Amino acid sequence: MLLPYFQALEAGSIGEAIRDSTWLFPFIEAFHLVGLAVIGGAVLLVDFRLMGLGLRRQPVAALARDAQPWLIGGVVFMIGSGVPLFLAEAIKCYYSFAFWTKMTALALAIVFSFTVRRRVALAGEAGVGPFWMRVVGVTSIVLWSTVGWGGRWIGFS
Amino acid sequence: MILHNLMEWMADTPWSVGLHESRYAYSIVESIHVWTLCVFVGFAVFLDLRLLGVTLKGVPVSQITERILPWTKVAFVLMVISGVMLYFAIPLRTYHNVFFRLKAVLLIAAALNAWVFHNGGMYRRLAEWDSAAVTPRAAKLAGAFSLALWIAIIFSGRMIAYNWFDCDKPEPAVIDLLAGCVR
Repeated sequence: MLLPYFQALEAGSIGEAIRDSTWLFPFIEAFHLVGLAVIGGAVLLVDFRLMGLGLRRQPVAALARDAQPWLIGGVVFMIGSGVPLFLAEAIKCYYSFAFWTKMTALALAIVFSFTVRRRVALAGEAGVGPFWMRVVGVTSIVLWSTVGWGGRWIGFS
Repeated sequence: MILHNLMEWMADTPWSVGLHESRYAYSIVESIHVWTLCVFVGFAVFLDLRLLGVTLKGVPVSQITERILPWTKVAFVLMVISGVMLYFAIPLRTYHNVFFRLKAVLLIAAALNAWVFHNGGMYRRLAEWDSAAVTPRAAKLAGAFSLALWIAIIFSGRMIAYNWFDCDKPEPAVIDLLAGCVR
C-alpha cells in the first residue's frame, strides 16, 4: 500500500545525490552515530537515576531538566541525518523488518519520553514511588535500545 | 612485514574464519560495539560537556567521576572486547585500512588526554572547583579535546567498513605508504 510512496521517495533528488556519491552515505552515517552517543548519554543519565543508579544524589527533576535540551536536540539531529539515509534506500527500508521495528519503537520512545517519563521525572521524588520510577527507567531504556539495534540491523538486511 | 604475516596467519585461524563467515555472530558483535558506543561515548560526552561548563552545572564534577565513570569503564571494556573481535574477524584487511590506522592513533591521543586530565594538577585540586558552574581552563581544554577526539574516532571507525583505499587494488603511493601495503 505504501510501496509507491517509498518508490517515489527513493527516486527523489536527495536520495539520488546520496547514492551517486561515494562519501556522502558513510559521512551522514557517522554523523548519525555521533547523534546516537548524545541521545544515549541524555537518555541514560536520567534513566539510570530513575532506576536508582548513577547520579543518585541529584534530584531527578534537575537532571531531567538538564538532559531535556540534549534529548530534544539529539532527536532532531538524528531525524535530520536519518531522513537522508532513508531517502537513499527507501525501497530497501520498505522490505526491511528492522526498519519497521525501529520506526515503531521510535514512535513509542518519543511519545513515552515526552509524556509519561517527562512527567514522572519532573515530579521527582514527590511523584511516583521508587518502584514505578524503575519501571519508567527500564521501559525507556528498552524502547530506545530497540531503536538503536533496529537501526544497526537495517544495514545488515 | 612481520605484522602483515602475523595478520595473514590470524586470518586463517578457525576462530577468525568462523566470525567472518558466521551468519549472525559478526552482526551481533557489531551491534554490541554500537550499543556500547552509545553508553560509553554518551556518558563521556556528558562528562566533557560538564567540564566545558555547558550542562549539568549543578552537579559536582566528582559526582560524575565517582558515580558515572564506573559505568563508562564497563561499557569501555565491552567496547574494546567487541572491537577486538571485529578486528579479529577481518585482521589482514583491517590492519592495512587507513581509517583503522587513523582510529588507532586517535584512540591513543584520547587515552593520553584522559590520562593527563586525571593525573594533572587541575584534577588534584578538584575540591576547589568541583561545584563551580564555570570550570577552569585546563578542565575546559580536556573536555574539548575529548569531545573532538571521540567524534573523530566515531567517524574513522565508521569509515573502516568502506574499502575506498584497499591494498588489493592500485592506489596512489601515499596511500600505499599509509596503509603499509605489501606489493
